[in-house]
Amino acid sequence: MSIETPLRQDAGTTVQHQPMLQVQDLVVRYGRGRKAATAQPAVDGVSFTIQRGETVGLVGESGSGKSTIGKAILGLQKASGGTVAFQGEDITEANPSKRRAIGSELRAVFQDPNSSLNPRKTIGASLAESLRVRGVPAPEARTKAEDMLERVGLPREAVDRYPSQFSGGQRQRISVARALICEPKLVVCDEAVSALDLSTQAQVLNLLADLRDELGLSYLFIAHDISVVQFLAQRVVVLYRGQVMESGPAAAVTENPKHPFTQALVAASPVPRPAEQAERRAVRESLGVRTAAAVAATPGGCPFRQRCPLATELCATERPVLRRVGEADVACHYA
Amino acid sequence: MIPTLPATTLSTQRKSALTKLSGHRLLASPAGLAGTVWLAAMIIASLTAPWWMPFKTEDQDFTAVLSGPTAAHWLGTDELGRDILSRIFASAAETLGTSFITVMVGVGLGTLMALAAANSQRAEGVISRVTEIMMSLPGTVIILAVIGAVGTNIPLIMGILGVLISAGIYRVMLGQAKSLQNQLYVDAAKVDGLNPLAISVRHVLPGLSTTIVVQSALIFAVGLLIQAGLAFIGFGPPLPQPSWGGMIQSASQHVYDAPWLMVPTGVVLALTVLSANAIGNALGKAPNATASHLPSAAIRRKRATQAAAAAAAAPIVQNPPVAGQLSVRGLSVGVDGGTPLVTDVSFDVEPGTVLGLVGESGCGKTMTALSLMGLLPSGVAVTGGQILWNGKNLAAATDKDMEAVRGRDIALISQEPMRALDPMFTVGYQLTSAIRRLRSFGRAAARAEALDLLEKVGIVDAPRILKTYPHQISGGMAQRVAIALALSGKPRLLVADEPTTALDVTVQAEILSLLRSLVKDTGMSVVMVTHDLGVVADICDQVAVMYAGQVVENGATDSILDDPRHPYTLALLAADPHANSAHDMPERLATIKGQVPQPKDWPSGCRFAARCQFAGSACEVPVPLLPSGSGEGRVRCVKADELAMEGLAWVATDVPVVNPVPAEVPARHRLDIIEKDMA
Repeated sequence: MSIETPLRQDAGTTVQHQPMLQVQDLVVRYGRGRKAATAQPAVDGVSFTIQRGETVGLVGESGSGKSTIGKAILGLQKASGGTVAFQGEDITEANPSKRRAIGSELRAVFQDPNSSLNPRKTIGASLAESLRVRGVPAPEARTKAEDMLERVGLPREAVDRYPSQFSGGQRQRISVARALICEPKLVVCDEAVSALDLSTQAQVLNLLADLRDELGLSYLFIAHDISVVQFLAQRVVVLYRGQVMESGPAAAVTENPKHPFTQALVAASPVPRPAEQAERRAVRESLGVRTAAAVAATPGGCPFRQRCPLATELCATERPVLRRVGEADVACHYA
Repeated sequence: MIPTLPATTLSTQRKSALTKLSGHRLLASPAGLAGTVWLAAMIIASLTAPWWMPFKTEDQDFTAVLSGPTAAHWLGTDELGRDILSRIFASAAETLGTSFITVMVGVGLGTLMALAAANSQRAEGVISRVTEIMMSLPGTVIILAVIGAVGTNIPLIMGILGVLISAGIYRVMLGQAKSLQNQLYVDAAKVDGLNPLAISVRHVLPGLSTTIVVQSALIFAVGLLIQAGLAFIGFGPPLPQPSWGGMIQSASQHVYDAPWLMVPTGVVLALTVLSANAIGNALGKAPNATASHLPSAAIRRKRATQAAAAAAAAPIVQNPPVAGQLSVRGLSVGVDGGTPLVTDVSFDVEPGTVLGLVGESGCGKTMTALSLMGLLPSGVAVTGGQILWNGKNLAAATDKDMEAVRGRDIALISQEPMRALDPMFTVGYQLTSAIRRLRSFGRAAARAEALDLLEKVGIVDAPRILKTYPHQISGGMAQRVAIALALSGKPRLLVADEPTTALDVTVQAEILSLLRSLVKDTGMSVVMVTHDLGVVADICDQVAVMYAGQVVENGATDSILDDPRHPYTLALLAADPHANSAHDMPERLATIKGQVPQPKDWPSGCRFAARCQFAGSACEVPVPLLPSGSGEGRVRCVKADELAMEGLAWVATDVPVVNPVPAEVPARHRLDIIEKDMA
């Protein structure tokens, strides 16, 4: 997240201090031809950096472009502009063989544990796939798959079973094992715990935290739930309609949000303590943020202005740039 | 929820899906079995024909011209005294073989095109245009032109027929291939570094196998018929070589003097085509489409009446009925086979209050909610207890009685608002027709009421929304419309099944505020099914925590959430990241080992004992729901008092770390160190 604080690159230590991931002015437009050129981009000039061992949370509502950013980083969605650099290397336009080369270091865990594993393949086959692609012999791949299953708290025998024989939480652990089997450096977790029940969600979150501490992993943790992000992430990027609204240390953004949208988002997340929740509700209602249902997207200016209680003429004409407010970077004229 | 109970059936179902090509489904259907037997017999008989044919195909027996079945000629003879049986089977191998060429070319090419098109949008554009052209070509003309140019080269003609048919196959396969291509496991494979070809072969093609087999069987039948048709009009194999079409053609010339001649060839052709179709149908049928494990409708009706009679017979333990009060007493819900899904659930909902049913998936909260509406899925029924609404036991009510209650007294909103809205009709039409039906309003009055309802649920431009179709509005808007629809009969009780789970948090907060104000303004009560303890804290007055089909703790929301007594409630709260703010976020969240047991695995003792940190030998006997000492609440735990006294908290337990590498510094501080390094 060091947009404002460029890295000091001393000769000789450059490689070591290269950020794990650097996303610069990323733009993604859906559709083709004229439609894509005129439509509001799904991701509109997003920049952020993930350092080694750091977890960055990407938070936003549905349609905020957070999953699209993950896909663009993984090469599953073509970027229309901007760059994605992985360990200092531009991978925005990487071809399949290049992708395969970095594929073992850049991995993903997807949301839906039901469809992220091929129901027709054994767990072992799914886990070994990435190793087999890289020419690891079958017996060795199998042993590694068994080790990895054990590592995520499942029996070694699970390699010969099918996804349908596991619960949602177990399948999500298998997905984690699949992501980590080739010793990656960065894992993109796209709503990795959203489909899980509370107790299993906690298991998977703990597992992700353990593995990070143990293996020094970096995560890009994409979620709609700011509390879940807050558990895992050191830094949080808040998106609204494809643009960064606020980014900064997790504690600062979630405890003391500066952007009106972040304030609304934090206030709307309910806490399981009735008295405190009543206070939060009062705070939320006093914010005066207009309902999303009432406003249509119009290009130009600040994307949040139609819902924003602080909006003025300026917000309709000029898109606010990220500027440092307290500990965070905030894209608001009035923060 | 239902998904918990068929977990075992699911795995067997999955297994049968995996082995479907080995013929489970084929042999299970009588028609499919007969078709397979016939086709196999035909293939064997035609391949072995040279060795067992009683006559050569050209042998002419002028003593028996146009004879019916005789000892020498089992199926009779034709106008030249040739043996029909020999001629049918002598020509069968080529007929079947060349039809198979059509299958290979047609299905093969169609599948390849579908795989390529699913893989890239550009390829799809090109292939779709090409197939459109192919489909607009007159197939018969092309085949006749080919015959004119190269003669009656049957394999070539059948190959060309395959190419023409492949366009149709492509159309059938494309949708399926595209949906498989969009599965997350394909994305995962891409991240693994598989190339597009490997993805198509390993992840998409296996999913198409059923369609491929079904289409092959059908195309095989089409090939047979077209080939016979060509031979019939004289474009078969050169004479005197026999062919089915040619034999039918010659029989048609003797249809008055020797009608028998048509029978053997006609029957063989018809049976072979029917067999191929029967095999296709048997393979194409969705597995378990008939749900044979469920008892028949008649048995189910009988059981339902018995259960209703039993429920009605039970003495009603209630003081004079209070209008708008719901009392559930000892409610049990089970599968017809006998597996219980909900056991002995009791709660009361006073008018103008909100009761939360909370728990993880598989704990029976949705089943409980649906039973209030009489909307349990087929195969699941109330097996005991009472649902008292205005003093009337809904558990014993007939479907007809329930129709009078549903919508008018008790309404439902579900997790997925789009399920409540029919995509074919405008919001206005659906709302006004519901109002007219439930409240006997006229057209104009219903429209005015619809506008009023939409405004009540916070929709600003109601007249515009009335004219829109459900797919034109956002999820939050759709849930508002679904609530308006539920309110159209002025219900006294709203059953809300995870109404905000699919929505963004900001929209969720708005919907919860809306529900709260509706409760305040109209005095209706709400049964809110949710897994989110934050939602409970926000809107519920009372809460019942459910685990494995039982209420394990109930009481006022404040006392349950602030002073939980049951270990399961303690654990849920400790596992919830929302319970902590950033500055006091623990390094690890509490977890509950294992998972919610399947209904068939419920123990006789405490159902949570196997996952409980505090479980002991006392937990092996059935545990009653007893007053907890925390307000009016009740708790189902033998150790509740002990735990409360000692102030024990649920300790974070977790997945075992196999090779723990001690982290010298907590992750949270690591960043600072990195930054210091860089400085």
